Amino acid sequence: MGSLFDFMLPELKSPMTGASTDALMAFIHIVSFIILAGVSIAMIYFAIKYKRKSENDKTPLITHNNTLEITWSVIPLLLVFVVFGWGYKGWLNLKTVPDNAYEIQVSAYKWGWTFKYETGAQVGNEVHVPAGRPVKLVMQSQDVLHSFFVPDYRIKQDVLPNRYTYVWFQAEEAGESQVFCTEYCGTSHSDMLAKVIVHTEEDFKAWLDEQGTGGGGTPVERGEQLATLQGCVSCHSVDGSDGIGPTWQGLWEQERNFEDGSSEVADQNYIRESILDPGSKIVEGYQNQMVSYEGRLSDDDISDIIEYIKTLEE
Amino acid sequence: MATTEVTPSSSGNVRTLKVKRFKPSEDPKNTYLTDEKGLWAWMTTVDHKKIGLMYLGSVAFFFLLGGVLALLLRTELLTPAKTFIEADTYNQFFTLHGAIMVFFVLVPSIPAALGNFVLPMQLGAKDVAFPRLNLASFYIYVIGAIFTFIALANNGLDTGWTFYTPYSTTSSSSVIWVTLGVFILGFSSILTGTNFISTIHKMRAPGITWGKLPLNIWALYATSIIQVLATPVLAITLLLLTMERFLGIGIFDPALGGDPVLFQHFFWFYSHPAVYIMIVPGFGIISEVITTFSKKHIFGYWAIALSSLAIAFIGFLVWGHHMFTSGQSAVATTVFSFLTFLVGIPTGIKILNWIATLYKGSIEMKTPMLYVFIFLFLFSIGGFTGIMLGALSADIHLHDTYYVVAHFHYVMMGGTLIALLAGLHYWWPKMTGKMYNEFQAKIGAVLIFVGFNVTFLPQFIMGSQGMPRRYYNYIDQFTIFHQTSTIGSYILGVGFLLIAYYLMKSLFTGEKAGSNPWGSRGLEWQATSPPDFHNFDHTPVIINGPYDYHKPMEEFQLGLADSHNGHDPSHEAAEVTAARKKVESN
Ligand code: HEM
Ligand SMILES: [Cu+2]
Repeated sequence: MGSLFDFMLPELKSPMTGASTDALMAFIHIVSFIILAGVSIAMIYFAIKYKRKSENDKTPLITHNNTLEITWSVIPLLLVFVVFGWGYKGWLNLKTVPDNAYEIQVSAYKWGWTFKYETGAQVGNEVHVPAGRPVKLVMQSQDVLHSFFVPDYRIKQDVLPNRYTYVWFQAEEAGESQVFCTEYCGTSHSDMLAKVIVHTEEDFKAWLDEQGTGGGGTPVERGEQLATLQGCVSCHSVDGSDGIGPTWQGLWEQERNFEDGSSEVADQNYIRESILDPGSKIVEGYQNQMVSYEGRLSDDDISDIIEYIKTLEE
Repeated sequence: MATTEVTPSSSGNVRTLKVKRFKPSEDPKNTYLTDEKGLWAWMTTVDHKKIGLMYLGSVAFFFLLGGVLALLLRTELLTPAKTFIEADTYNQFFTLHGAIMVFFVLVPSIPAALGNFVLPMQLGAKDVAFPRLNLASFYIYVIGAIFTFIALANNGLDTGWTFYTPYSTTSSSSVIWVTLGVFILGFSSILTGTNFISTIHKMRAPGITWGKLPLNIWALYATSIIQVLATPVLAITLLLLTMERFLGIGIFDPALGGDPVLFQHFFWFYSHPAVYIMIVPGFGIISEVITTFSKKHIFGYWAIALSSLAIAFIGFLVWGHHMFTSGQSAVATTVFSFLTFLVGIPTGIKILNWIATLYKGSIEMKTPMLYVFIFLFLFSIGGFTGIMLGALSADIHLHDTYYVVAHFHYVMMGGTLIALLAGLHYWWPKMTGKMYNEFQAKIGAVLIFVGFNVTFLPQFIMGSQGMPRRYYNYIDQFTIFHQTSTIGSYILGVGFLLIAYYLMKSLFTGEKAGSNPWGSRGLEWQATSPPDFHNFDHTPVIINGPYDYHKPMEEFQLGLADSHNGHDPSHEAAEVTAARKKVESN
């Protein structure tokens, strides 16, 4: 049935993110089409059947009909509940990144994209990914809002300055897909294009090796250097011992409890905030002593430090 | 015929009125158009009808401007790369086009132009509650419009009509001036809304109970409530933007530690209800026209009346559906999606009630009715695609593509603008006293229908294939869709020119309309065409509802027997008489 409306969608290349969306779209199209046809036919039929014969036509007094009124409120209501639930489920799936996802850092700017790998390799406007494996993009903008859109995968996510957002997909076969920027960002917004290039797992490894480390070492190495140079580790231990600030060991994705009683999971956005605005959330048992690193660390630096912290498991 | 004694309301406090039938003159000597003449008289008039016409003129002017920009945009999109203008020019044009169409055309079009004209007449009143305020609203609109327009054109604002931060604040500060202009416009909207609410509450002719209000009035009532409640948020947004600019307090700008997504919340908190400010008055027109041309009582009066109010209220709670991909919280996203669907239901109910009204009617396909049919078809498509966009996973794919562009053109143009055309053709004889050429008008309607679909149907397809909106260049695979769309827009352009032509021509050579060319039961049709300065030369008394087509015309056209020149004698001598008077004969 869904194939009726296939011409409306590009070929689906990431069924894990897009299959539910496609099915839902087909469902809504079909139901809408049936109702629209019903409405249009009724309209035209009435117009012909009850065409005015003379100026003195008498029409019956029909003011309302509660049964009808209830029927045509409840049936659509049930239908939209189905649509809501279905859309919600598909969306949860889009938000839930599989554990074994391969992570790539994305930086958007006016007007292009940079993709950065665990090895330190960086490429512009082309993101190379392995086939058959979930890929997670952790994205950030250097200036205004942008949005990362791959029609073939049915995914889209706004890219914000000052905040990390993420998106995932799993391309099943080697090939290419178009990336668009879909949040208006000025003069060359429509040229802010990129390609996803999907390789088989081996080809991907080979490709990545070829890229080298981009000069400055891997993000984790850079992060470790920065943490020493900037004096982070003078207050934060990396081995679990206590210091002026909380240790970094085991920090990643741990639930943090704050002085004001609230709590939060330590994800990228939390760590970023702690670096730039340390006073906003004080971990229980510590004092507000850290100064902000605003202006001293670039977005890249912060991302690398986060990569380093991620490796400090207990 | 006889003067009768009637009891318009059956409450405990029975008041008996002596009424008699007044037949409006078919060839009036004195009308609001001949009463005061000259430019100055127009500019200082407090007559709601003239103010309505002045709004109509301004809206038409801005529509022309917005329309020319649209054709330029579509022409640029004929080829994937540059066709004839630069990217920056293109970006400024689509910003201007959107801002003009939304803030200068659609928001004021139906309530301020047509609403001003017919609302007091449908209530049997001589004017709105605050005629001077009404004139002030018009001037505020003009000042706001000029201000915004200069700010937009001068600074070459290229942010889109949504002015998203931080893009809008990093390039220039003109966004503040534009928001200021829109804010001034907003005041005009608030004042018109307040004026209408007071008029509806206080100025109804004897016998018009809430259950006998025309549905057009219910729609304008719901609209006015939204206008009064939502518009102040724009003011707050402006204030915050200004504070950020001049005091350096970080609110929206991440460089100052602000939150860019916050702006989107503020923007849509106003602008989503604003889309209902645009469409709900259209619903009112549809109810009037569909009953007149099927000579039949409206089906589901209360369902239609109350669903307008329901839309007005739920409409306040769905703004976040414009932000599903923005990174707003998961809970917010879920709740907004859910509420969005709830707004769809009252809208669907209306459509089905209108269609049920046609059943067993006496249907005449005059131009206004043709537009109603076009409306029902196009607006349904707009509604269904709205449901599609409300579904979270589908919206992720479709957001900010041409699918959304097509959706809102189907509701805003296919809905509001088509309803406006229906209303314009319906009330044109009343406003001008002249008939337009019916044949040319039908050709115009067909051109609009065809042109519209050729323009916007392909946009659904290319949108779901992935074509993003606000793109100056596009990849080759979308060429065919863009070209079809551009051709459609030219057809639309021709359609509108034709409409302008025969309407203007009717002013000079049109046949005399007569007071009630469509045989409507509506109160506004019981005045002469064009109406007298005071609308009615008697105080109308309402016994029957505005849709009581099953009753003979004789039972309408009633007025206070001893009223003269629109003056209710009870206003002069405070004897609201409880004494029963004898039935008189004519
Ligand atoms: C059944 C009723 C409706 C539903 C369920 C609905 C739903 C939606 C949704 C979910 C979106 C967001 C799409 C996106 O940006 O990804 C949207 C966008 C939009 N809708 Fe509707 N809508 C309805 C009626 C209307 C009406 C009556 C109007 C105007 C008169 C309207 C005007 C717009 C506009 C202007 C946008 C896009 C704004 C922009 O991003 O520039 N909609 N609609
Ligand atoms: Cu962009």
